[in-house]
Amino acid sequence: METKNIMIVGVGGQGSLLASKLLGHLLLEQGYDVKVSEVHGMSQRGGSVVTYVRYGDKVASPVIDKGEADYIVSFELLEAARWLEYLKPGGQIVTSTQQIDPMPVITGAASYPENLLEKMRAAGAKVDALDCLGLAEQAGSSKATNIVLMGRLSHYFDLPEEAWQKSLEAMVPAKYLDLNRKAFALGKNA
Amino acid sequence: MKQLMLGNAAAARGLYEAGVSVVSSYPGTPSTEITEELSKYDDVYSEWAPNEKVAMEVAFGASLAGKRSFCAMKHVGLNVAADPLFTVSYTGVNGGMVIAVADDAGMHSSQNEQDSRHYARSAKLPMLEPSDSAEALAFAKRAYELSEQFDCPVFLKMCTRVAHSQSVVETGERVVPAAKPYEKNIAKYVMTPANAIRRHPHVEERMAKLAEYAETSDLNRVEEGSDHSVGVVTSSTSYQYVKEVCGDRFPVLKLGMIWPLPEKKLRDFAASVEKLVVVEELDGFIETYVRELGLSCSGKDVFPLLGEFSQNLVAEKLGVAPHTGTKLDENIPPRPPAMCAGCPHRGLFYTLSRNKCTVLGDIGCYTLGAAAPLNAIEMTLCMGASVSSIHGFNKALGAESEHKTVAVIGDSTFMHSGMTGLANIAYNQSNSTVIIVDNSITGMTGHQQNPTTGFNIKGDPAGKIDLEALCRAMGFKRVRVVDPYDLEACDKAVKEELAADEPSVIISRRPCALLKYVKHKAPLRVNADKCVGCKSCMKIGCPALSFKGGKARVDETLCVGCGVCAQLCKFGALESTAKEG
Repeated sequence: METKNIMIVGVGGQGSLLASKLLGHLLLEQGYDVKVSEVHGMSQRGGSVVTYVRYGDKVASPVIDKGEADYIVSFELLEAARWLEYLKPGGQIVTSTQQIDPMPVITGAASYPENLLEKMRAAGAKVDALDCLGLAEQAGSSKATNIVLMGRLSHYFDLPEEAWQKSLEAMVPAKYLDLNRKAFALGKNA
Repeated sequence: MKQLMLGNAAAARGLYEAGVSVVSSYPGTPSTEITEELSKYDDVYSEWAPNEKVAMEVAFGASLAGKRSFCAMKHVGLNVAADPLFTVSYTGVNGGMVIAVADDAGMHSSQNEQDSRHYARSAKLPMLEPSDSAEALAFAKRAYELSEQFDCPVFLKMCTRVAHSQSVVETGERVVPAAKPYEKNIAKYVMTPANAIRRHPHVEERMAKLAEYAETSDLNRVEEGSDHSVGVVTSSTSYQYVKEVCGDRFPVLKLGMIWPLPEKKLRDFAASVEKLVVVEELDGFIETYVRELGLSCSGKDVFPLLGEFSQNLVAEKLGVAPHTGTKLDENIPPRPPAMCAGCPHRGLFYTLSRNKCTVLGDIGCYTLGAAAPLNAIEMTLCMGASVSSIHGFNKALGAESEHKTVAVIGDSTFMHSGMTGLANIAYNQSNSTVIIVDNSITGMTGHQQNPTTGFNIKGDPAGKIDLEALCRAMGFKRVRVVDPYDLEACDKAVKEELAADEPSVIISRRPCALLKYVKHKAPLRVNADKCVGCKSCMKIGCPALSFKGGKARVDETLCVGCGVCAQLCKFGALESTAKEG
């Protein structure tokens, strides 16, 4: 199988590392070769962060380049727009509608662009947008946004529900499992 | 069992399986996780050392004693450890010794983009360079074999994309080799000129033998291709980009040992292809050697000296069509890293900014004090440079700068390289004001303990250095502690210490807001009736604060209730949510 590419983008501290761990576990269990590339250190401090997940028969590069992502999973609207150029023609964006002002907007040096969903669609991207933060809070914790997104992403994969549940079980601490199962279902069925 | 493993974790696993006994490192992105992973094994002694020089000397001591030892550092950390490095190359080892160094092309989290491969050549030591996690594990084990076979430390050279990418590995069992007895050997281990003169020939002979090893070792392999118009010489993550782009099209000489390089293998490979292309990030290190052999090749004439590579870049340079995407026709504001909500450094930098201080900064989270809107730091060079350079700055300008200039350095950075600079201020007497921002942890690299925190790498109680007592022992009479959440106290301390006619130390002390044991207060909320939209609170650049519809707004999921913004509001509009009910 040709290598498939999933980019997870967001703001440092939003929980993208757990999402990529879950996907890594899931895809490895399916028998694929998998590579996951992360960002640590300085850029984690509230900056724009990106994680690359690649899978297929044999994966070489650990990163995803412009025009290559089959899926962009985004925790934040501006970040989905920022990384749009990395989407493959015909690729799918799954994004939370949450908006977090970056420092230049906070200081008044720039403004947060409007109507980003429409603009991304006008640029030819397929965009699936949902209020992940609201759904995560409904599941019991704003921290479960990442799992809401994973639930939504599962829509686009031809994989049995049990496979996702098994990876969820393996990657999430037992005491938060029920909460995360709920978050996953809310994302999936939203 | 096959599993996904971070490159750094795989390196740690390889070291563990090879029987490493003593580990000493200083954290630095992207090297930190190797040591963190090793600290999880109870049958390995591991520690955070105050700096990389100490770490390397600890590792040398353990090797001298006959055990397999290890130290890890980022590229700039190797500069700090360069002094022992060049001479341990002469003494050689007893137990195997491995040194991991991690480069950061693209400067994700670094102050420069140096290419550490030059150290292997100049210190005359072998260097192995893995290209994924499986190789990180295997090369770590091989490094110990080479270290003991050739009597020298061996470099394991990582880079951000190998260190921080997960790929598939298979783990094995730990095998601890029999410890080598320590034997007194003055001629080998006491590097006086007379002895060192006799050791130098061993170094040159060893490198010649290692060069022979490089010719036949499976670390350097040729991968056949169908199109011999181009032959690619490459290593590390660049190898992965080449394979991604070209698959099996061009023959590839994949180097796993990048010093010493295999002369004959390179000559034979060059003869088998029409054109030789060297693909390597940062400097033309392999290329320089290839050219020294008189072989013609392409390299830095085409590929950049700056930044990271990617598959599209490699494709373009090798004449393969790169992938392209659609950019949004929109001005997307950048999202640079920023101090966290509740960061204790914020109140201090606001105070320094307000007092129009000249701030000489240092390396850590607090370097973000240079960013807008505080724009408070005017110089950052390397670990410890704030304390040393304020002395030079004040000696150059005298009273003109003494009463408005401060050095700002973190607790861990102070223990790393700040103490010697402080000793110089005490000894050579400049009227300098040094501020130690003590957040009780090494923050930027992800919360590692240090000599001032009272805990060791495993989180168990350990020795704790008393910063106030240390500064007083050096001769500072003016040493005071302030809480950076208290803006009035901060302002008073800065004004008074700058006005004083003798050197002083201010310790701005409050634990990092991200530490698990730190109890947060209830978040604040803007009382819209009281908020007049003056934006005073926006001056501190807190990510939890935004300005919408003419009023300030608090993101209650981010706010930790530090109250710094509330101290700036003349109208009492920032209220605690705890007061209700």
